[in-house]
Amino acid sequence: MAHRLASLLSDRFEGGTPLTTTELIARETARTSDARVLVPEALEDLLTALHDRGYRVLGPQLRAGTIVYGELTRAADLPTGWTAEQEPGHYRLARRNDEARFGYTPGPHSWKQELFPARVRLFSSKRTGADLELTEEPLDERPTALVGVRACEVAAIRIQDRVFLGGRFADRDYAARRRELFVVAVDCGEPAATCFCDSVGAGPSAEHDFDLRLTELLDGEHRLLAVAGSAAGAELLGALPARAASDDDLAAADQLREQARATMRAGAELQVEGLHDLLVENPEHPRWDDVAKRCLGCANCTLVCPTCFCSSVEDVADLTGTEAERFRVWDSCFSVKYSELHGGSVRTSTKSRYRQWLTHKLGTWQDQFGELGCVGCGRCITWCPAGIDLREEVNALQEVQAQ
Amino acid sequence: MTIKTLDTVVLEHPLFAALTPRQAQIVAGCASNVVFDEGEAIFKSGDKADTFYLLRHGQVAVDLHAGERGALTIDTLGQGDLLGWSWLIPPYRWQFDARALELVRAVAFDGACLRGKIEHDHDLGYQLYVRFSRVLLERLQTTRLRLVDVYGNN
Amino acid sequence: MATTEVHTEPHVHGALLPRPFTVERRVRETHDTWSLTLEPVHGGRIAPEPGQFTMLYLPGVGEVPISVSGGCAGGSLVHTIRAVGAVTQALCALQPGQVVGVRGPYGNAWPLPEGSDIVVVAGGIGLAPLRPAIERILENRTRYGDVTLVYGSRTPDDILFRRELERWRGRLDFKVGVTVDAAPAEWRGSVGLVTKPIPRLPFDPDATTALVCGPEIMIRFVAEALMERDLPAEQIAVSMERNMRCGVGLCGHCQLGPTLICRDGPVYTYAEAGPWMEVREL
Repeated sequence: MAHRLASLLSDRFEGGTPLTTTELIARETARTSDARVLVPEALEDLLTALHDRGYRVLGPQLRAGTIVYGELTRAADLPTGWTAEQEPGHYRLARRNDEARFGYTPGPHSWKQELFPARVRLFSSKRTGADLELTEEPLDERPTALVGVRACEVAAIRIQDRVFLGGRFADRDYAARRRELFVVAVDCGEPAATCFCDSVGAGPSAEHDFDLRLTELLDGEHRLLAVAGSAAGAELLGALPARAASDDDLAAADQLREQARATMRAGAELQVEGLHDLLVENPEHPRWDDVAKRCLGCANCTLVCPTCFCSSVEDVADLTGTEAERFRVWDSCFSVKYSELHGGSVRTSTKSRYRQWLTHKLGTWQDQFGELGCVGCGRCITWCPAGIDLREEVNALQEVQAQ
Repeated sequence: MTIKTLDTVVLEHPLFAALTPRQAQIVAGCASNVVFDEGEAIFKSGDKADTFYLLRHGQVAVDLHAGERGALTIDTLGQGDLLGWSWLIPPYRWQFDARALELVRAVAFDGACLRGKIEHDHDLGYQLYVRFSRVLLERLQTTRLRLVDVYGNN
Repeated sequence: MATTEVHTEPHVHGALLPRPFTVERRVRETHDTWSLTLEPVHGGRIAPEPGQFTMLYLPGVGEVPISVSGGCAGGSLVHTIRAVGAVTQALCALQPGQVVGVRGPYGNAWPLPEGSDIVVVAGGIGLAPLRPAIERILENRTRYGDVTLVYGSRTPDDILFRRELERWRGRLDFKVGVTVDAAPAEWRGSVGLVTKPIPRLPFDPDATTALVCGPEIMIRFVAEALMERDLPAEQIAVSMERNMRCGVGLCGHCQLGPTLICRDGPVYTYAEAGPWMEVREL
């Protein structure tokens, strides 16, 4: 059972009695002994089974020249036979010469748009005489299934869990969306040039925190190895037309993952050793001035990053001022307004804002949440119009240090 | 109770610490005890600055006349503080007013006399300029901080 | 098998939902500063510690973090607010009977180690977050050694809490010094920067805790003056500020180096915060 909130969220309110709530995120390691093999057509059965069990199913599909996440009604809507060419500042869809259902690396969308939507109403208020009635927004607790969740994305969800649920105050909106989540993870066999999940320990294969994990094998017979990572996953897998996995199947899956790791190792990796101190202890490193010349402060990286969680609030009222609403909206540390204080901003220069983002993501996130904030998905590299590659920036910071 | 001689008072003051005995004697030789009553003017802006003071007791207000805003007090000095450095720097004219806020006892130094002495005694001159510079620097720094509105009133 | 325990703080509503409070009293402190006394509409006073803050909300206008300036001894909640922006201006315009939303209290408290001598240095509006600490000390006076307040203000008209200051000055066991940057000639008190009295303050650096509050630039110079007197940076407590949105550790805005002010502050030792203050635009 993966990221299912085994909870205990009871919403008792007895006129003034405070309610205490505890949620537990339990993790279980995948059990490869129960591996099964599906033919690609069985994905339709998977979607049907999910719909039958009352899940709203979301998954990848083609739209606007990219692969986005949206409602997945039929397996035919999957981006079959498509892949994505990704480089710093570059993204192009390209046709594959096979019928791989999941033969692409993630695009600009990440699952945070579902669990942490860009705009959410928190509450509405109404002035009534000498009182102010505040009504919390009803929660979205629809059971949702995410299909095609990469290892880096599974890791990203886990990281956001820590931010939104692991502190003294939990985010009730996130908790609600998270509660009935069914995760169908997918291994990566062909990382993009911008991928580096292995150097941060977030891929290429998810080890836990999923309900089902698929490994798409294209050598010889096109098939998908499937393992369950939870009781719900096992139940669903049992209902699908599948055969037992042979040793060859398991070996092929292992080989795929090894291949993926090798590809990434042959490319640019992120040097994780000593990363925290490197960033925290060098706020005046000349490299920050260098990257500031290239960075546009456009905030693309924070928009596409699956772990970025900064938000702001929007307050709107009707013309009479009697009724008002408050919304939580995505925000970015690249905005000058982000650090506004007493009429000015603490971080006005691009240098200070880029430094804040990178130092937080790779450094102080560890102080604040006990782990690295980056999953190595490479989206920030692909979608940066200036092609800034944080692996390169970190290397440059280290090099001058060593001198 | 021992009443300290003027010499001792001068020598013990941090401003004149580590002067040679000969130098200290010259400085003390230009000193005398003075008393100001509450409200009494000690000096006025624009007047010739021929004196400086080491305050021994009581508070002194340093005022600036700001036209229609009246007099503004821009500093208060008390026991142990140096009052007056305009005697050392041309054109030797007071830049501000000084007024006793209460009964004030001070050691007054004949600045004109000292100026004459250091014309020839460059060693003593150097020592005095070094020490007074320090005081000026500190006053300048705190003034600058008040310029940036340290309390954030903007 | 790893588990991450997750908690939602005991509360009647969600952590992001304000509770309505009525303005009981409105007092003008200076030309741009007001103190509001607040009582919860549906009962359930909060119990803030000196140094903590709440998020004050006006529907359709916005929400701001304001330090608690009174009510840490069980009485009504008091906030002293300077009208500098849209939200604070609207808060300062509230009349008795009107309602404001309150979330909190959040953050940590001023350290008040028993047996210590305490030196309180406040600049401008910085006296407001320190008032509850002073009151806590005076309520338990025998627990502390010598207690001193140095309060600096721009002009006599900007002095806050005049009545309290008179009361405190009247006590034999509390040394109070007030200084202003500039004053009309009628001013009988001290003129000069708040750092001026520090070199001559009688305190034992080994046994003293300093509480410093005011704009960052003032904090830096005061802390330096205190350290010139051999007061260790670990014994200097300062209150820090950054942009805040949620106040509960979920929005990322109030980051100060490796910490979140709403969760790890606003009170820090100068040993921690000093190095951060030296980095431009941190």
